[in-house]
Amino acid sequence: MATTLSASPSRQKPISDPVRRRSAQGRRRNVGWLFVAPFGIVFVLFLVAPLLYALYLSLFNKGLATGTTFVGISNYVKAFTDPNFLNGVAFVLLFALVLIPVQMAVSLAAALVLDAFSSLFVRFSRLMIFLPYAIPAVIGALMWGFLYSPSFGPLQQIFGANAPALLSPSNIFGALVNVVTWQWAGYYMIIIYAALQGIDKSLYEAARIDGANGWQIAWRLKVPMVASSLVLIVVFALIGTLQFFTEPEILAPISNGSIQPNTTPNIYAYSQAFSYANFNYASALSFALGIVVLIAIYIFMFATRKRGSILS
Amino acid sequence: MKSPQFAPEASRFRPRGNPGSTARALRGRGAVLPYLFLGFLIVYFLIPIWWLFVASTKDAQDLFTSPSALWFGKGFNLIPNLSDLFTYDEGIYIRWLLNSVLYALAGGLGATALAVLAGYGFAKFKFSGRRLSFSMLLGSVMVPATALVIPTFTFFSDLGLTDTIWAVILPSLLNPFGVYLMLVYTSDAVPEELLDAARVDGAGEFRTFLQVALPLLRPAIVTVLLLSVVANWNNYFLPLAMLSDKNLFPITVGIGLWEGQASANNGGGYSLWGLIIAGCLISIVPLVIAFLSLQKYWRGGLAVGALK
Repeated sequence: MATTLSASPSRQKPISDPVRRRSAQGRRRNVGWLFVAPFGIVFVLFLVAPLLYALYLSLFNKGLATGTTFVGISNYVKAFTDPNFLNGVAFVLLFALVLIPVQMAVSLAAALVLDAFSSLFVRFSRLMIFLPYAIPAVIGALMWGFLYSPSFGPLQQIFGANAPALLSPSNIFGALVNVVTWQWAGYYMIIIYAALQGIDKSLYEAARIDGANGWQIAWRLKVPMVASSLVLIVVFALIGTLQFFTEPEILAPISNGSIQPNTTPNIYAYSQAFSYANFNYASALSFALGIVVLIAIYIFMFATRKRGSILS
Repeated sequence: MKSPQFAPEASRFRPRGNPGSTARALRGRGAVLPYLFLGFLIVYFLIPIWWLFVASTKDAQDLFTSPSALWFGKGFNLIPNLSDLFTYDEGIYIRWLLNSVLYALAGGLGATALAVLAGYGFAKFKFSGRRLSFSMLLGSVMVPATALVIPTFTFFSDLGLTDTIWAVILPSLLNPFGVYLMLVYTSDAVPEELLDAARVDGAGEFRTFLQVALPLLRPAIVTVLLLSVVANWNNYFLPLAMLSDKNLFPITVGIGLWEGQASANNGGGYSLWGLIIAGCLISIVPLVIAFLSLQKYWRGGLAVGALK
């Protein structure tokens, strides 16, 4: 098509020729596949294939004496009756229930303030709040681990001998909530902020003429307008939290046993795979966790009955 | 080829952050409380980084005995600490640093190239099977990278690919969210008429993409590139599972290794803690600089993800 048309710059010609037009469109469809294909290959090789292979593995067992045997769903039955796995699931569910509201409150409040005011200080705050997103979770967890620790952190200097042991079994939950909030609140803030910036400003003028003050505009107008972003963020936070791995894994060596190899389902699956070379069971645990995540998202979506556009 | 002349005009289609005009009206009136709140947030978000910087200027003794954890000690030993860091164990930290750069750039550039192509393909062509592949894409956005680590490890392990650089680079080419972001941005920023004009002028599909569409997509490309590079630079679970040769470790896994050794030493590992602190500081510098200097790009790009 390219060569024939370049000779005649008229736009009318191809349109008046239905046969050529249809074949050109057919060719364009194929070109679409060419653009998508490289990603499609990566998608199949590094997402579909590993998942199918792990699903296959999860249906078998490997014993030293018995060799590899097909066991059907018995690895899943084992997972859902394994107290180590179930305790981990309970931990991450509770963690999500506490973490997500805290995180949402911080990021929503910050985004609303940053949206309502504008000055050099406000722009500087926006960058500083977002900064932890650029810091690896490993480093974030380590820095807070140092701040919590009695020998490196400021707590002993502030509280003396009564300094709270933030990494003790009774405090580790809050300590982890703090680390993750610090790490991700800025990222969520930026997403909410971007959505706020997209609202038509004339709505605020209209509301002000109707006598609304700044707080009312924030709560009655802005928050409902960004509700779909909020739903989306909660879904992503939920998925990420149920897969919790890096922060507890990094804090484990300095926590004096507050974090165990079964604290979260992912750490448990990791230890099954790498400490016990039990890949069949580890694969089953990965899928079992996936099932829990799906159920959790479904319950959340059902409860809010409101869909982020990415899901619809 | 008319396209170059179109480009500056079409760039008006780019969604831009609008500096709040109503915001200016609010400034100064009852702003004390919000400003206090922001001040508190700045302190909260900067404290760990401040501690890290202060601690990396202390020598091994000062680290444990200095009267304040949040203020400088007796001497300013940042340079000696860094030279300890770079020479320890035959300069293994520099190796880790270079590995991190390799994994982040190779994975990030590859993932971005794939995302730009696929996003354009999805946005501008009605090929057969588009609906099905699009739903699969959306479904996979919901699968976090963490969930894929153990399945990918078992798969690679049987292919004999573990403990190579490919075990880290290849899986990080997968970035469904990047494809989604590019798709949304392409639909907005590349007008159909512009592509048709280029086609009528005789440009082939690939040339139309390269010369007409690509320049319009620059802000989104920078955003996806930055997000992929960050995700790879910060990745821990995947390289931890895949690699056992410490010469292949990225910084995150390397520092995790040191942390394990230092805690197992139970106080004998004083010098190692100093290395860990300096190593943490160096590891956050490149990305912080990248984010601060490229902020006008990623802000616009993230806005697209949030609005659609």
